[in-house]
Amino acid sequence: MEYTVLILLLPFLSFILTGLLGTRLKPAAAGLAGTAVTGAVTVLCYWTAAAYFSAGRYASGVFPTLIPWNTVWLPFGGSLHIDLGIMLDPISVMMLVVISTVSLMVHIYSFGYMKGERGFQRYYSFLSLFTMSMLGLVLATNIFQMYIFWELVGVSSYLLIGFYYTKKEAVAASKKAFIVTRFADLGFLIGILIYGFYTGTFSFSPDAPALGAAKALLPVALGLMFIGGAGKSAMFPLHIWLPDAMEGPTPVSALIHAATMVVAGVYLVARMFPLFIGYAPEVLHVTAYVGAFTALYAAIVACVQSDIKRVLAFSTISQIGFMIVALGVCTSSDPHEGGLGYMASMFHLFTHAMFKALLFLGAGCIIHAVHSNEMSAMGGLRKYMPVTHITFLVACLSIAGIWPLSGFFSKDEILAACFSFSPWMGWIMTAIAGLTAFYMFRLYYCIFWGKENRELHAAHRPHEAPLTMTVPLMILAAITLVAGWIPFGEFVSSDGHAYRIHIDWTVAGISLCVAAAGIALATWMYLREDRTVADGLAVRFSGLHKAAYHRFYIDEIYQFITHRIIFACISTPVAWFDRHVVDGFMNLLAAVTNKVSWAIKGMQSGYIQRYSIWFLGGVLSIAIILMLI
Amino acid sequence: MNWSDIFSCMYTEIALAGVIIVALLYDLIAGGRGRRFFHPVMCTLMVLFIAGTIVPWHSGEMEAFGGMYVYAPVYSIVKALLAAGTLIVFLQSDSWLRRQDTSFKRGEFYVLTLSTLLGMDFMISAGHFMMFFIGMELASVPMACLVAFDKYKDNSAEAGAKYILSALFASGLMLYGISFFYGTAGTLYFSDMAGRIDGSPLQIMAMVFFFSGLGFKISLVPFHLWTADTYQGAPTSVTSYLSVISKGAAAFTLMVILVKVFAPIAEYWQVMLYIVIVLSITIANIFAIRQKNLKRFLAFSSISQAGYIMLAVISGTPHGMTTLVFYVLVYMVANLAAFGVISAVEQNSGGKVDMDDYNGLYSTNPRLAVTMTLALFSLAGIPPFAGFFSKFFVFAAAFEQGFHVLVFIALINTVISLYYYLLVVKAMFINRNDSPVAPFKTDLSTRTGLVLCLAGILILGIASSVYDGISAFSFGM
Repeated sequence: MEYTVLILLLPFLSFILTGLLGTRLKPAAAGLAGTAVTGAVTVLCYWTAAAYFSAGRYASGVFPTLIPWNTVWLPFGGSLHIDLGIMLDPISVMMLVVISTVSLMVHIYSFGYMKGERGFQRYYSFLSLFTMSMLGLVLATNIFQMYIFWELVGVSSYLLIGFYYTKKEAVAASKKAFIVTRFADLGFLIGILIYGFYTGTFSFSPDAPALGAAKALLPVALGLMFIGGAGKSAMFPLHIWLPDAMEGPTPVSALIHAATMVVAGVYLVARMFPLFIGYAPEVLHVTAYVGAFTALYAAIVACVQSDIKRVLAFSTISQIGFMIVALGVCTSSDPHEGGLGYMASMFHLFTHAMFKALLFLGAGCIIHAVHSNEMSAMGGLRKYMPVTHITFLVACLSIAGIWPLSGFFSKDEILAACFSFSPWMGWIMTAIAGLTAFYMFRLYYCIFWGKENRELHAAHRPHEAPLTMTVPLMILAAITLVAGWIPFGEFVSSDGHAYRIHIDWTVAGISLCVAAAGIALATWMYLREDRTVADGLAVRFSGLHKAAYHRFYIDEIYQFITHRIIFACISTPVAWFDRHVVDGFMNLLAAVTNKVSWAIKGMQSGYIQRYSIWFLGGVLSIAIILMLI
Repeated sequence: MNWSDIFSCMYTEIALAGVIIVALLYDLIAGGRGRRFFHPVMCTLMVLFIAGTIVPWHSGEMEAFGGMYVYAPVYSIVKALLAAGTLIVFLQSDSWLRRQDTSFKRGEFYVLTLSTLLGMDFMISAGHFMMFFIGMELASVPMACLVAFDKYKDNSAEAGAKYILSALFASGLMLYGISFFYGTAGTLYFSDMAGRIDGSPLQIMAMVFFFSGLGFKISLVPFHLWTADTYQGAPTSVTSYLSVISKGAAAFTLMVILVKVFAPIAEYWQVMLYIVIVLSITIANIFAIRQKNLKRFLAFSSISQAGYIMLAVISGTPHGMTTLVFYVLVYMVANLAAFGVISAVEQNSGGKVDMDDYNGLYSTNPRLAVTMTLALFSLAGIPPFAGFFSKFFVFAAAFEQGFHVLVFIALINTVISLYYYLLVVKAMFINRNDSPVAPFKTDLSTRTGLVLCLAGILILGIASSVYDGISAFSFGM
């Protein structure tokens, strides 16, 4: 399966080509090239997945881990070396399908959405870079290679958030995203170094003696790695970059900040899952608590936001919280006994990628139609945009967890895993699922029903998006409709053996009821033209409403810590030291050099006879020095 | 050992001699039309030559002529790398050789250059001091002719005279040192001598004398004084050849001989190198910051680079050997790129080589300015360019052997060197100029040479396989 190298090479070439040619390429040509390459990559990914899963299992019942291509890139001596290669195992192959599908949809969609934008070529070039990096991240054979691509996705995310670089907010958002995730990656890097130092390898699965030697520090290393994952996956309190990242073009939000890059943290934990379970189960449970808190926090905030992309951003944070919780509640690697969460998490990652991309792309169509992100500019749009309306509804039902859409199945598995971990964890997550249904339908009603903003719509009549934009919506909606029936456990499970998903109807019944209640509440509050109930509640709980609207002032706390504490108490003295002591030393060096330079310029006189004297003098002096020692 | 064995271990030299004969005959026979293809023919021959010799033919060490000539895989690689450098010099010299006053001497240029290369190859493969000396002289004499190639220009003639006189002086001292060895050891075979070096004062003096001869070639302080004048006066293509190929070959040979022959008195030559490294790097830097002429500037830069190369030598380990070859390779591409740009600007602007002439070069010739910048960045050792890695490796090699203070001094000098390298970059990008060098288009040959160098600057550091490849062969020493 050496051809899998092409999965990385093709988008890389496309990035180089469209990047270097830049505006010398016609916009349409750049877009077509990028899309064609992504199409080819998608075909390759599907082909790989088909070939991999149909090749069958080992006699022991697990899928093989294949490394079709590998090269030692940087040897450090001993067993420690950094490899660059390609690794195929069930989760990486599953991710290939997710990334390539969403990426292709976004490539096609962007034709319509980005039409006429300045920097169209640059946009497609960055998309290719991102696709390459993300695919490289999931295909990495070792933790260090993963880190390299991890940073590459960070860079492409930075570039794409700041795509509208003339807009101040976009620049600030891209910087924020980069700095926050880089800060988290510092933890990741330290974790990798500890891991590499004590186990003597960067491989994902070191042999038993190496692990035994590193036993005491493995929890620390894994915990630090999780900090990196929490940064990328926007876990509380490192989530602050994701809502701002919505300043990027909407298709980018769909690809990077909803479906693929933000789940890298989940993927990381899943990748290290055997080590977590075997050597640091307590760290794994900490991730569950972090995930649960994040899910709750983000769901509450999502209920009161007025910018539709922000609602979706917080919903993403909340859903990633679900995935992390599912991984964190695992207590063994046997899916029948405490290991169900692994499969559930991956399953939810898969279904969520599809319906969340669909939601974002739908939001893109809406923004495209009304030229605003604010809900106040919308309302009653169902008449104007039937396709967007139906597909958006499908996605909303799916994320709310309504049978038989894909979100129901994956969320049900997560809730079942939570209940088996501890009942109260299960109840909390069920409640959050209810909140999810509520805020998603609040969003849905505010956009498509309710009072129309007539003066705005009169000035600019909303219209359905062009085919390039609606076709991806329909494809993703179709996937969302059927993806739940995929026997996911047959492919991915915590111990690698086939696992038959069976729906726990008690859990499913409870979650369906809660979801229905959430939807009903949203319908009652937001379907009508007047919003007296909602407004009344906002007034009665104005403190809570205001706090939630301002995301509980987490950004302000960060501002305070960085400016008042770090900048004032640490950076200023350090800057003084740098300016006066370090620079002073450098200036001294420069001054001395200059002085000496003038003093000895006579040496280079141009007279060959003097040169010879220097030469001979030099030889004799060295000889004398050597004889004296 | 029969003749076929001898031929098969001397394949590089024999093939090179073949190329030289073809060049001589071509020069003699080809008429007006044929001469137009002289350049492509020579470049093709060089490509074939490099392709045929870069992969060592034999895996072990071999000898010929009773130990006079020694073959080792790493020698073969170094020779091929030097030939590759020569090819790039050829590519960059085409526009200069096209000029009215030099075009009829084109054949001479090829033959002389390749003869020096042949001399260096023999020098590298020597197993005996006499063989080594003959090789070195074979490299020196045609080199003097090359320096004085534009003989009707005063500069070039003066440079030639300075070079040949200094070279004679150095050779004389070296030969004197070698005669002491013969007197004390009774043999000049490297393999026999190792056991007879006992560190008597006479031998130490002999070693210093011997070292001065190679120190001259590498242009280490205090044997460097000819360098600036010669580099400035010689035609730019010759300067670039002198600054990388000649220097690289001499540095490599020095390391081989120090490790092979003088291992018993390592503590002495390490002190000697210590002194020379500190002097070279520091003094060259101090002079470099005041230079106005770019060729002179690069002369001092190359002296300080030679000091860094010696950091690899001083370690005296196989690891040091690897870093040396790698450093020379990286230095070669960066320096050739810098000289390539200088040569192109000189040819197309009526001989402008002063730093002030480069003011505003970016606005008129952005690609050349960027090439120059990358070359200087690599020379200064800024990541991610190859120069950073090569510097890092030589520092690491010296540090491992406990030369901590030395590495620290070298590091401080790197800071100083950054200043003067950036001075040129500043001139090209920031300084204003009312009459900058007019925009021009470089010819295909020069461009090919520059692209090769740039590829080297960008790739050599990141592609670890190059370093590993060299490393795999270096442990034979």
